[in-house]
Amino acid sequence: MSKDYEIVIGLEVHAELKTETKIFCSCSTAFGAEPNTQTCPVCAGFPGMLPVLNEKVVDLAIRTGLALHCEIPELCKFDRKNYFYPDSPKAYQISQFDLPVCVGGYLDIDVNGQKKRIGITRAHMEEDAGKLVHQGDITTTPFSLVDLNRCGVPLLEIVSEPDMRSAQEARAYMEKLRSMLLFAGVSDCKMQEGSLRCDANVSVRPFGQEEFGTRTETKNLNSFRALERAIDYEVKRQIEAIEDGEKIIQETRTWDEEKQLTRSIRSKEEAHDYRYFPEPDLPPLNISREWVQRVRDEMPEMPDQAQVRLVQKYGLPEYDAEIITLTPESLSFFDQCLKDYPDAKTISNWMMGELSRLLNQNNMELGDCKIKPDDLVQMLKAIDDGSISGKMGKTVFEEMFATGKSPAVIIKEKGLVQISDEGSLVPVIEDIINANPKVVEDYKNGKDKAFGFFIGQIMKTTKGQANPAQVNKLLKEKLNSI
Amino acid sequence: MAVELYELTVHELQERLARREISSEEIVKSIFARIHNVEDKVKSFITLTEESALQNAREIDQAGKYTGIAGIPMGLKDIFCTRGVKTTCGSGILSNFVPAYDSTASHRLDEQQAVLVGKLNMDEFAMGSSTENSAFFATHNPWDMERVPGGSSGGSASAVAADEVPFALGTDTGGSIRQPASYCGVVGMKPTYGRVSRWGVIAFASSLDQVGVFSKDVRDNALIMNIISGHDPLDSTSAAIEVPDYTSYLDGDVKGLRIAYPKEYFQQGVDASIKELIKKALLKYEELGAVVEEVSLPHSEYALPAYYLVAPAEASANLARFDGVRYGYRDTEAENVVSMFSESRAQGFGDEVKRRIMLGTYALSSGYYDAYYLKALKVRRLIANDFEKVFRDFDVIVSPTTPTTAFKLGEQSGDPLTIYMNDILTVPINMAGLPGMSIPCGFDQGLPVGMQLIGKAFDEATLFKAAYAFEQNTAYHTMKPALGVK
Repeated sequence: MSKDYEIVIGLEVHAELKTETKIFCSCSTAFGAEPNTQTCPVCAGFPGMLPVLNEKVVDLAIRTGLALHCEIPELCKFDRKNYFYPDSPKAYQISQFDLPVCVGGYLDIDVNGQKKRIGITRAHMEEDAGKLVHQGDITTTPFSLVDLNRCGVPLLEIVSEPDMRSAQEARAYMEKLRSMLLFAGVSDCKMQEGSLRCDANVSVRPFGQEEFGTRTETKNLNSFRALERAIDYEVKRQIEAIEDGEKIIQETRTWDEEKQLTRSIRSKEEAHDYRYFPEPDLPPLNISREWVQRVRDEMPEMPDQAQVRLVQKYGLPEYDAEIITLTPESLSFFDQCLKDYPDAKTISNWMMGELSRLLNQNNMELGDCKIKPDDLVQMLKAIDDGSISGKMGKTVFEEMFATGKSPAVIIKEKGLVQISDEGSLVPVIEDIINANPKVVEDYKNGKDKAFGFFIGQIMKTTKGQANPAQVNKLLKEKLNSI
Repeated sequence: MAVELYELTVHELQERLARREISSEEIVKSIFARIHNVEDKVKSFITLTEESALQNAREIDQAGKYTGIAGIPMGLKDIFCTRGVKTTCGSGILSNFVPAYDSTASHRLDEQQAVLVGKLNMDEFAMGSSTENSAFFATHNPWDMERVPGGSSGGSASAVAADEVPFALGTDTGGSIRQPASYCGVVGMKPTYGRVSRWGVIAFASSLDQVGVFSKDVRDNALIMNIISGHDPLDSTSAAIEVPDYTSYLDGDVKGLRIAYPKEYFQQGVDASIKELIKKALLKYEELGAVVEEVSLPHSEYALPAYYLVAPAEASANLARFDGVRYGYRDTEAENVVSMFSESRAQGFGDEVKRRIMLGTYALSSGYYDAYYLKALKVRRLIANDFEKVFRDFDVIVSPTTPTTAFKLGEQSGDPLTIYMNDILTVPINMAGLPGMSIPCGFDQGLPVGMQLIGKAFDEATLFKAAYAFEQNTAYHTMKPALGVK
């Protein structure tokens, strides 16, 4: 049934731009302050107050536009978007309507090895609203409190073309976009704190049908997982409705994380008429080509450039380069390791292997990880000089991950010293050979298992500290000399 | 009979202070004696600040530095936010609002140690032409107590005319300085849009609002304009264009000045006696050596309808913030947030304000925007083009300020369209963003008539020059009302 339908998805992403102060006043944008301590008459919408544009916001908007291959028109302007809500002190939001700061870009994503280009329609600057605090549920709270700290925090709304065809693609787009914003250094992109938010426009249509189906807009998608699940739910709901002969209603829905479903919050008839008109308090903004060039010159290295560097300069496989450049934290970790350790592929193997496994297992981000690049380098060096085995390395790594202790301390505490010298190993090997004449016989008769038995016994006796390569070599010599 | 201090102009007071003949305290006491004597009849003030005014005056006297306008009393339209002093904007919804900040314009006067006497009555949110839309009370025209002072800055005009203050600030969105100045026989200047900061001035229509000055003569007006004009980083629409010393243009020389009078401003609807007085004034200018010619501003008739789309549209957004959540009047009986919004607004706003909010909301609504708001913006461009064309060949445009003299209280209150017509000669100037000024040019049946002078953008200097020359050759500005009923 669902295979008969094509899924069409477009995303509207709100990214909080990383500025010290708000977009139209000089209040701090810091997260987590006491309610209403970061407000002033301007962002609280007092009579006679006027907005003054923070040019840093425009810098970051241009930078984002460049990162997303957008055009930056020479002229953009601000508009008022009118609606009443207690979190909106002016009862209008200063936003951009028909002349946004960025137009017509794209983002390349990769799903299961399939590359795809997703169009970006536009990106525009606007101010965030405040926050309402209810006692329990909004429908039953006896009163609500208003916190205006977030009011006037700069946002960039990035609108994609309806180019995505699966929840997986939508997630890949969102992840790629997040990474690009992080690389560009324009946003913290913390979905839990709300500095990256996403609304999904979803519709379905029978394959081959040219016009789009009726879409719904789903809000409150606070994680990649929520985005994916909400889209899956919405697609299933829409297809079932169509199959039952129902019409899809154009409406706004919200994702209920607890119940794992979307539900309607506003129909098209109830939709706001925002009555946009040009903001008379701010003159139109002329963005000179010099301004754009200055921002371009200040751009940090973006992942595409970094991938080329990793492949060409350090010989990493393309796949590794793509994974390493997924986040700026990951690339920076890699680059820092590389400064003191020349083997890029080994670093990459550990990052993509053990490190990635432990992060996933613990549901953590690299940024929260206790292992510092220098720790990994010290550990790799210990393996290389034979003082620990690769297998011990894994133990050390797990301990570093759990405790943040340096490899030297862990090796010492756990007594993880590899025995490689002949003087120590030969007596052990001889003892075990002498104690097992029957197995020696088996070995001589060509039974491969016998060799493995000796290795096992030696490792057991040395508590795993014997250098496996060395044991291998010495054991062979001894057995062959019998 | 000795001249009372309250009768004097700013520059006369300056001279006497500089010569130490008088103190600021004496001036302020004289002003309040006058206010207490006439305010019952005129009703110019919403709030009086007598105590702080006297204290400020004493401090200035103690310091003994009478530079600039230090120690000189002033009045402010109650639309200017004043720190610690109630600022109502003539509205019930702000009847308890005390700002924590000052408007830039009033702050610049504060810095020069002008002494605030009080906050002046106005039409609610500056919407009106008679000051009858004040939520508190109507103000009376000092020349005839049965008549309106004009509006919306009616309190500012009546206070200056009745010698309650030597000068006052007002705002002008479609004529709100020039029309009351004309009705009350005082000098009123609405500068170019962007000349004076709008920071701290409660917004009516942001792309049209402009701060200006009411004074007893042209010199006073120029010297107050010197203080309040100029770029303000807090107002992005204020212009970073240098402000000349306006008083240096007061030389009385208009030889060769090219003056145009637009025929559209002398058509039907304008009282014959007013037309005659303006024509007489034009003859005076010719006498003084100016060149006077008739011109056409062909799109004039569209200015008023376009204005009544643009201004209400902006107002509908500007006034949306008065929701009872953070300040101002709140209906505490409301059961939920939506009814708190609507009840606070229903009870807090007056009829004219509601009418304009509805007009503006309608004009911006989906499906109507192109036909109304966008069309109005195009008309606005055409009106500005008309002026630009004339100003290629002329320095000043002269017209009547208003089609009639002051009308009677209550006379027009039932009919918004009739009252909107009061602004027909002043609105186009706001739509074009140009400076406009009204100066007394005679009387019609004992009521003052104003002449409007319109200038090029940011060329207030030439307006002062032309106005001063006329004033020097006439005596209308020296006439005082008897504060009775005609």
